[in-house]
Amino acid sequence: MSLLEVRDLKTHFRTDDGIVKAVDGVSFTVDKGQTLGIVGESGSGKSVTCLTIMGLNSKKNTITTGEAKFNGEDLLRMPSKRLRQIRGNDMAMIFQDPMTSLNPVHSIGRQLVEAIQLHRDISKRQAKNRALDLLKAVGIPRAERRIDDYPHQFSGGMRQRVMIAMALVNDPDLLIADEPTTALDVTTQAQILELMNRLQSEFGSAIIMITHDLGVIAEIADEVVVMYAARVAEKGTVDQLFKRPHHPYTWGLLGSLPRLDADLERLVQIQGQPPSLLNPPRGCRFNPRCPYVMSVCKEKEPELLPLSDEPEHLQACHLDEQTKEREAAKLIAGTLAEAS
Amino acid sequence: MFRYLVRRILWAFVLFIAVTMVSYIIFFLVPAEPARLVAGPQAPPDAVERARKFLHLDEPIWKQYLRFLHSLSPVTFEGARPEVKTPSLGRSFATRQEVNHIVKAAAPVTISLVIGGAILWMLIALPIGILSALRPRSLLDRGAMVFVLIGISAHPVWLGLLLSYFIGYKLGLTPLGGYCDLVNPSTACGGPVQWAHAMILPWITFAILFAALYVRMIRANVLEAMNEDYVRTARAKGASEAVVMRSHVLRNAMLPVVTMLGMDIGLAMGGAIFTESVFGLPGIGQTAVKALEGFDLPTVQGIVVFATIAIIVFNLAVDLLYAVIDPRIRLS
Repeated sequence: MSLLEVRDLKTHFRTDDGIVKAVDGVSFTVDKGQTLGIVGESGSGKSVTCLTIMGLNSKKNTITTGEAKFNGEDLLRMPSKRLRQIRGNDMAMIFQDPMTSLNPVHSIGRQLVEAIQLHRDISKRQAKNRALDLLKAVGIPRAERRIDDYPHQFSGGMRQRVMIAMALVNDPDLLIADEPTTALDVTTQAQILELMNRLQSEFGSAIIMITHDLGVIAEIADEVVVMYAARVAEKGTVDQLFKRPHHPYTWGLLGSLPRLDADLERLVQIQGQPPSLLNPPRGCRFNPRCPYVMSVCKEKEPELLPLSDEPEHLQACHLDEQTKEREAAKLIAGTLAEAS
Repeated sequence: MFRYLVRRILWAFVLFIAVTMVSYIIFFLVPAEPARLVAGPQAPPDAVERARKFLHLDEPIWKQYLRFLHSLSPVTFEGARPEVKTPSLGRSFATRQEVNHIVKAAAPVTISLVIGGAILWMLIALPIGILSALRPRSLLDRGAMVFVLIGISAHPVWLGLLLSYFIGYKLGLTPLGGYCDLVNPSTACGGPVQWAHAMILPWITFAILFAALYVRMIRANVLEAMNEDYVRTARAKGASEAVVMRSHVLRNAMLPVVTMLGMDIGLAMGGAIFTESVFGLPGIGQTAVKALEGFDLPTVQGIVVFATIAIIVFNLAVDLLYAVIDPRIRLS
């Protein structure tokens, strides 16, 4: 049994302008100890997917359907009391902005102890010792002295380490990281990723890594879900996705990565803007921006289908496989520059 | 911390000098003749002249101001050596009473009114503000909005008269006005019970406006705090809504409220004139009005001194309290 099984998840928000379908039929699974990367541009629904799994969307004006089975229990349908027992204990989350994610008026020690004591019936002293161990594990220097400091006394990278410590303090089975490195500078990003890799092997947690940075995915993920406009565009292992990408949107993402091994005049960009989720384009949602658009793309929404020779590798595109193979090969060779 | 305090107290001293000086200057800019008022409207010119001399009104302003400062300072320089003395605000032009006594008699009335009123308005504003933030656009929230609108629109004089007419006169539940001493029954009434009994209506009258303002402020602060990232973090940790509210939302939402509370209480110490007039409370506000009518400079100056000290003290208290409740302020 998989640790987390998300099936046909839909999260719709009622707004004054109509219903925004922020997540519209997303399915994936995460196994124990595995790392799943979710990539996509801003507004593609990757964060909302994870907030829905954590039950952190505001109840009002949100319609959620589908299922998200965690260790066999459906997170979307359980009583809030049970969900609270799971949250922070079996399943924890790290957020994007470490500058605002910690409460400014409590010491970090107190916030860590709170996280422990919400789930474990142990004394404050024991909890503090546990907190201290975690702070050391995430590499906070002089943790014994810093445990009583307040968030504003830490740098961004150190705060994110504290957030990671707080997420791991109860040894969760699943860690959801929502763009944990986006707000940090590049050297700190690398340190945080390395830290997460190391901690994963230590704690054995599964990770869902949300990011728009394919570099991060290559670094950390086993499997990847590429999301576009609230739906899954392509899904596969990291190898499959980087060696044989089969969706034009994935090509766009890969093509826009700066490369050190190829000599390009300029980076490829995906033309246009992400579509409005209030009323998405008919047919394939990528069709207005796709350089390979065909008439069928404007009529029929493509299904998420496996490749003929890679049953685990799913993609939703009407193009025939030969064209895809050819374009993928061209892209990998670093020559897709003219194509768009 | 110590250096901070010393700096603040030095600043308070500068502020104090500036405020008293300005009120002196304003007093002399007003085209009035206090000596004439003291001597009486029928008094012959030489009597007015004598009164002027007696009150030192014939001296230049700066000399009068220095005289005031000297009398107020706790050290006298009149003898061969400086000696310690009691600071004095001088004597009233009109009654020749010591201004120290006038302020001492009026201050407890205003302090009772303001502190009791502040407690009352917080007791009203905290639950209503928090509840309406928890359920925005609910019936309770809309009801609170109506209360706020009435509270802000209703003038304290109108409100006070209405309350004392219906509750005091028609129902006879409370006295119509007047003040009862809290501890010392020197007058007809006294003691904590009668004190509170007489103060109920003034407290309500004084508190309604502030309660309305604070409901809106607390509601806005709580709503804002509920959208903070760290609140989401707390939920992600598995905290229940009660814990999230108590230890993450409210603590942060109350920071600006503390500042406002300190400033408002300090300001109100200068005299809640409307409430005091309606209920005939012999507080700072009423004393000020009377003194101004009679161009009684020493009394006015005494009240200015009292109000300035109150504002300075409460602002300092807020700053110190802030250092305790907001760790970001503590070290800087």
